[in-house]
Amino acid sequence: MTASPVLDRLDELRSTVAAADAVVPVGARTHWEVGNPTTPGVEVRAPGGIVAYDPAELTVTAGAGIAVGELAAVLGEAGQECPLDPRTPEATVGGVLATGLSGPRRLRYGPMRDRALEVRFVTADGRLVKGGGPTVKNVTGYDIPRLLVGSMGTIGVLVQVTLRCQPRARFAHWFTTSSDPFEARRRMFRPSCIAWDGATTHVLLEGHPDDVGAEARAAGLETEGGAPAWPEGAHRGRISVRPSRLPDLAPALDGIDGVRWLAEVGVGTVHVTADDPAGLVAAREAASAHDGWLLREAGAPGVDGYGGPLPNLAVLERIRAAFDPTGKLSPGRLPGAASSTR
Amino acid sequence: MAAAVRVAARHGRSFVARGSGTGLAGGATPVGDPLVIVTTHLTRILEVNAEEQYAWVEPGVLNLDLSRAVHHLGLHYAPDPSSQQACTIGGNVATNAGGPHCLASGVTAMHVLAVEVVLGDGSVTMLGGLEPDQAGYDLRGCFVGSEGTMGIATRIAVRLLPDPPAVRTLLLDFTSIEAAAATVSGIIAEGIVPAALEMMDAEITRAVEDFVGAGYPRDAAAVLLVELDGLPAGVAAQVDAVRRVGTEHDARTVRVAADDAERALLWKGRKSAFGAIARIAPDYYLHDAVVPRTRLVDVLRSVYEIADQYHLTMMNVFHAGDGNLHPLIVFDQREPGIWERVHAAGDAILRTCVDAGGVLSGEHGIGLEKREAMPLVFSADDLDAQARVRDAFDPSGRANPQKILPRGSRCGEMQRVPEGAWV
Repeated sequence: MTASPVLDRLDELRSTVAAADAVVPVGARTHWEVGNPTTPGVEVRAPGGIVAYDPAELTVTAGAGIAVGELAAVLGEAGQECPLDPRTPEATVGGVLATGLSGPRRLRYGPMRDRALEVRFVTADGRLVKGGGPTVKNVTGYDIPRLLVGSMGTIGVLVQVTLRCQPRARFAHWFTTSSDPFEARRRMFRPSCIAWDGATTHVLLEGHPDDVGAEARAAGLETEGGAPAWPEGAHRGRISVRPSRLPDLAPALDGIDGVRWLAEVGVGTVHVTADDPAGLVAAREAASAHDGWLLREAGAPGVDGYGGPLPNLAVLERIRAAFDPTGKLSPGRLPGAASSTR
Repeated sequence: MAAAVRVAARHGRSFVARGSGTGLAGGATPVGDPLVIVTTHLTRILEVNAEEQYAWVEPGVLNLDLSRAVHHLGLHYAPDPSSQQACTIGGNVATNAGGPHCLASGVTAMHVLAVEVVLGDGSVTMLGGLEPDQAGYDLRGCFVGSEGTMGIATRIAVRLLPDPPAVRTLLLDFTSIEAAAATVSGIIAEGIVPAALEMMDAEITRAVEDFVGAGYPRDAAAVLLVELDGLPAGVAAQVDAVRRVGTEHDARTVRVAADDAERALLWKGRKSAFGAIARIAPDYYLHDAVVPRTRLVDVLRSVYEIADQYHLTMMNVFHAGDGNLHPLIVFDQREPGIWERVHAAGDAILRTCVDAGGVLSGEHGIGLEKREAMPLVFSADDLDAQARVRDAFDPSGRANPQKILPRGSRCGEMQRVPEGAWV
């Protein structure tokens, strides 16, 4: 077992969590507004730092408080990466895992939830618990890491994680095209991202330079144009919809005043910003009409984070109650019975 | 199936779902007096969507049948356990099954988009979905690998992957197992994650060659089977790199399959390993553990020492790329006292793997077989957390009880399992 400077200095955090009536894990606050706001509680921070990194294992273990940018720098020195890809590199690993928001290269590298191999977290009563295991392949017991990813700090305070890494591609380039992104996708083998705003499509290809060039030619892509600008704005959300619904959803979003959007073709994530909260609500209604949903990421005060009851609420509530019977962890973050009892 | 679960509930009986019964950890082995719900007749592929690259299947669809059914669309289902001709997708979901091609593509959990499940109370619900994210906890991810203890899958949506435009398969042979293992590390250090990276030791290589005649060198101490796939230029560069790394580590030969027929032959050797050993002894016990890739050599050395210590014949054929060992003990169960030695050696192997920083199972699951070994890797608090998740999913406690979590965490679950029932 690797000695962990993270786990060695948790006594204070554990006793704080155990003693408090309400506990709010905090990272860099870059994802602070995602979901519903918490009611006030004692703020706790996970330690950062690299605990173990051997490039030959293609895994890295770090304190959950480490910034994604700091982790990327360490992995980059060995020619590796972990494609968490948050909007800002100041975001902490614990924060991006807790919110579970996948980065823009999901089309090729899969969702955030596939990255966490082992988690260590502090439970509501102050115990330190491990879930999963440090190896790239593991079916020893229940998949607790997947349960923690996207749990919004309501199951435990993430303090240490082991992540699956990968070699960085030899070459990467953003291309553009004004032709149909869905047709372009059919002509490519494994694009890393196809970002479409209704007019222009930006395509990220990674790999051997000759392959990247050949793929771009086959799909009719232009080399100029660079990376897309991710929609910025005070009121932000992300739509999750079946990828095949994007062509129908796009005109609906275009019809809403003050709404800008960028869709990940092949994935079904649509990044939305609005000039006012009403625009975000209208985007949510458009998503809903196409069997999708919108997660409020920032702004739009007073607008519900999820726009409806969570699926499988009964099971979810039982899991939450099993770990946190008094509902003291990130109270209010997730809608449901437990959060409203406080 | 929901009706069957409700009947079980009405009569206070537990229930166990069972597919083809190929599982090696006893997850589908009935213990006590459960209702056994067999899924093997639920073999319909309900929908294939080539545009969105997914398929809805019933749980009894055989793994290989799914890939065959979508082959004409240029798609495949990535997890490919060695039993893929016989095992069901439902069973794959239960055990979070792996296979040689999981090195690059990932295990079953990365390929299941949604599961419709019957919970312990007979209610039916959908976990996950075809949209990329669902609000709340990832219950889909939690269900995969839960070995039937959280309910039964009735419909499964799996991700299909496009077939790679270029595939090359290489066979490298070595005069020492250390050199083969060093080559594995060297390939990863080159920034290459092969589609598959399999190792076979001297004993199994000889057995396989005698069985199928795939052209494996009979006198090799170890062979590596390396598959590289993707786009043509990248694959060509990787073939060159693997050849160079192999040569640097004294590979005697590096054979690159010239065509699909030769590729298939090389794979036939690997996939026939368990058939081949039947010619050596009538019985075998296959282990499954994962160690950090960098500890492969040390652990293998210990594994051979354990075999010597217990006077057992041990062979190793395994997924070297992800450190997933499969020590294979071959024996004749008519030999008096043999089971005690086989089990003792198995325990020793598991402990060795855990001591090296490994885990109890890479792709077979815990089932009954490794239940009591769980405390080797998990503390009482860790196990308690897992029990909480399970009980939250199935408050009735009727979904495949007595699997995964060790005895003692609940009352009344002590049952005798027939010796070797799941082997």
